Amino acid sequence: MPGSEQDPRAAWPARLHVVTGKGGTGKTSVAAALALGLAAGGRRTLLVEVEGRQGIAELFETEPLPYEERRIATAAGGGEVRALAVDAELALLEYLDLFYKLGAAGRALRKVGAIDFATTIAPGMRDVLLTGKVKEATTRTAEGRRVYHAVVLDAPPTGRIGRFLNVTAETARLAKMGPIKTQSEGVAALLRSPMTSVHVVTLLEEMPVQETVDAINELTALGIPIGKLIVNATRPPLLADARVTQAELRRGLAAAGLPTERGVVAGLHAEAKAHQTRRALEESLRLDLAELGRPMVELPLLPEGVDRASLDKLTAALLTPQ
Amino acid sequence: MTEPVRSGYARPVPSLDVDRILADPNVRIVVCCGSGGVGKTTTAAALALRAAERHGRRTVVLTIDPARRLAQSLGLTELDNTPRQVKEIDAGEAGGELHAMMLDMKRTFDEVVLTHTDPVRAAEIFANPFYQAMSSTFSGTQEYMAMEKLGQLHARGEWDLIVVDTPPSRSALDFLDAPARLARFLDGRMLRLLLAPARAGGRSMFTLVTASFNVFTKVVQKIIGAQLLTDLSGFVAALDSMFGGFRQRAEQTYRILQARETAFLLVAAPEPDAVREAAFFARRLSEERMPLAGLVLNRVHHTAVDLSAERTLAAAAELDELGGHEATAEALRVHAALAQQTAREQSVAAVFTDAFPGVPTVEVTAQPADIHDVDGLRTVGDALSRR
Repeated sequence: MPGSEQDPRAAWPARLHVVTGKGGTGKTSVAAALALGLAAGGRRTLLVEVEGRQGIAELFETEPLPYEERRIATAAGGGEVRALAVDAELALLEYLDLFYKLGAAGRALRKVGAIDFATTIAPGMRDVLLTGKVKEATTRTAEGRRVYHAVVLDAPPTGRIGRFLNVTAETARLAKMGPIKTQSEGVAALLRSPMTSVHVVTLLEEMPVQETVDAINELTALGIPIGKLIVNATRPPLLADARVTQAELRRGLAAAGLPTERGVVAGLHAEAKAHQTRRALEESLRLDLAELGRPMVELPLLPEGVDRASLDKLTAALLTPQ
Repeated sequence: MTEPVRSGYARPVPSLDVDRILADPNVRIVVCCGSGGVGKTTTAAALALRAAERHGRRTVVLTIDPARRLAQSLGLTELDNTPRQVKEIDAGEAGGELHAMMLDMKRTFDEVVLTHTDPVRAAEIFANPFYQAMSSTFSGTQEYMAMEKLGQLHARGEWDLIVVDTPPSRSALDFLDAPARLARFLDGRMLRLLLAPARAGGRSMFTLVTASFNVFTKVVQKIIGAQLLTDLSGFVAALDSMFGGFRQRAEQTYRILQARETAFLLVAAPEPDAVREAAFFARRLSEERMPLAGLVLNRVHHTAVDLSAERTLAAAAELDELGGHEATAEALRVHAALAQQTAREQSVAAVFTDAFPGVPTVEVTAQPADIHDVDGLRTVGDALSRR
């Protein structure tokens, strides 16, 4: 039941969930899994991408997403996930239309390349348009009720996230007054409010962990609320403290009726050793992450890869109290 | 190079001979490209080290955004845009040298401006807020400046071999698209429209679009204010003198990339996104007639034990029942996970190798720990050349 103490979604209280992470850590899958989880039980969520990668369409195996909110999946208990790929140019036209009733003139502007020009010459403006659209969806109401219970943004990677979310600083350099400034201040206020939560996805590998630490420091300095650290693709804790000998392996293989020739025994032994080396490194990285003092959620490695069916496993793990 | 390789691919894949490329005196540029997080920088650094140590070449590696510890191991403690010699290498009798540099995008842009205009104009440009925004945040600037730096290093003729790491873009294709986009932009219709009134005669071929242009000016004034428009036309006027130069340089670098002295190496990890990007890039290189030398598939897992995941897991369950063989059962589960991962990686990689059966490929086995010293790079170099 929404709002009840048992509701696992209580652990994800924000309305706007921004999911970032180093490239290759699986942030799109995590964002999709979160959107599915928060939609469970008859709710509606919006999953947004802003980088033109069509990662959501790839994941859900659909046609490329247009600049339009479309139902992309149904969630457990009758919920619905819609998806949107925000395009900066179209967002600008929409914005101009909304505030200046441009209509055909707006389309003419696009034809002569004005929109491309405007978003190119003032790159910060592009980000204001993208985050502005996200804000609009997050706060949109119909008949006095919010249209989306939650909005999940598949955001730019950790290396760019600070600049992307710090919209006012980027536009302040160019626009000292006027609607662009007002717009970016509105976005900035939402992004710094408790309605927003930025989650960082990482793997237990050195560079993603380093970038996670850097991103957390950067976002903290910017005053943007940080949510959870999501450790993706973790392996079960096998051979935690065991010392494995070849003799022991040979006995075990014999007991299980498997071949016991030297190649098999030595091969398994080497694999066990490599696994333990990797594990020790992962443990120390896990400690580095714990030092950040943020709630952590671990998601299992999916050996079969991530598709619509296996996303449910990630969703379940995200909503399981840890 | 024609020796077919093993493995679970549907058909034999030609193997990539990295040493042949690095040793070839006619190859002057190696470009490593691929999506983010696949080990491009490490691959570029390892190739450059190998070219210097094994093949006696005077090599420079241009890195874009290296991991801190890797940068330190190459002696790159600051972003100073100048190649620095890496002393800790073991070039032996081959007599090679390794130099490394990290790209400073803003400074490179400043240098370009200084090259193309007089100091007074340059000062005006540097002070303009649009220039400041564009030189540090325009999404294509890093790619453009990487190309520019490559052109500069190449023009100096000091190096036997230049190894380039490409920026961690949204898409691997940005590296090829950004320079053209920036050149198109600087040379574009909008800029000429903005300049048109200032030009002699006033009347121009743009009369047809003048109506919508007036709307544009009005809208811009309304939205961003008159001061901004003044800054903008100042910027545009200042840049006007540099259009030709910009485009010419972008075209020059493009031609270098199409020449036989260049070898593109695609770098990917056996993950669906990375492999898909590599396939896009391979298609694009062929459209642009740019020489693709091969695919480096990083972080590949292998198993030397010929036991299937199913059989191993069944045996582990059996040992659980029996009791007393906990360590073996866990070792079998470790193997089963590895066997599953290996199978999955092979099927992911096959997406590329099936589409591009002629592209030579080398697989680099996943390292248990990250690389952050010269020894580690040497090991990667050995793995790349399958020694």
